[in-house]
Amino acid sequence: MTITIRYFASLREQVGRAEDHLETGHAATVGEAWQRLHGQAMPARVLAAVNQEYVAADHRLADGDEVAFFPPVTGG
Amino acid sequence: MAQEQQARSLVRLEDTRFEPWTALGAFERETGLDDGRTGAASVFVGTMRDFNVGDDVEQLFLEHYPGMTERELERIAAEALERWPVNACLIVHRVGLIRPGEPIVLTAAWSAHRGAAFDACRHLIEALKHRAPFWKREDLRDGRQRWVSENTPA
Repeated sequence: MTITIRYFASLREQVGRAEDHLETGHAATVGEAWQRLHGQAMPARVLAAVNQEYVAADHRLADGDEVAFFPPVTGG
Repeated sequence: MAQEQQARSLVRLEDTRFEPWTALGAFERETGLDDGRTGAASVFVGTMRDFNVGDDVEQLFLEHYPGMTERELERIAAEALERWPVNACLIVHRVGLIRPGEPIVLTAAWSAHRGAAFDACRHLIEALKHRAPFWKREDLRDGRQRWVSENTPA
């Protein structure tokens, strides 16, 4: 099983793609997923959501999760 | 005797220009807010400027996270209904390309008295600005594009 990782807005442009996929077991938490994909700790200003709910970096991942990373929000 | 009526809220994203005052009137009629229980309405409308941090802005692109954005807005509206004695809440937000002068966001709260209406309306817009996943990209008149890095404090 895999986990889908989505990027939004300026973060998608910095990463250079809209999506990544990661095998379950290669990362136990959201923060580890970032570390695995980008070779460094998750920056403090990056926000994370799992299955469309805000989570902290230590949130544990499960099969089929949709993880999203995005910059500070600027709506309104 | 007055019947107990359920408070209700509506959240909507618009990908083309919307007219806030028409949306307010339609929502008031659909929700039956003219039933004599509602003594106050508080409304915030945010409109696109043609300037930001010293530069001329040609247009704005508003990106969102389909699904999560609606869910977060619904949660914010539910919080307002829970925290204040309000009869109804409305949130409308644009997505896509926006030109100067066009409305970006509408938040509104209806209550028996003004205090709760003001407080709930302020919660809707402030929580939206802090938590709802929207991102603004500015297309400047000189051809540059840039993502807005953070919202103004107030």
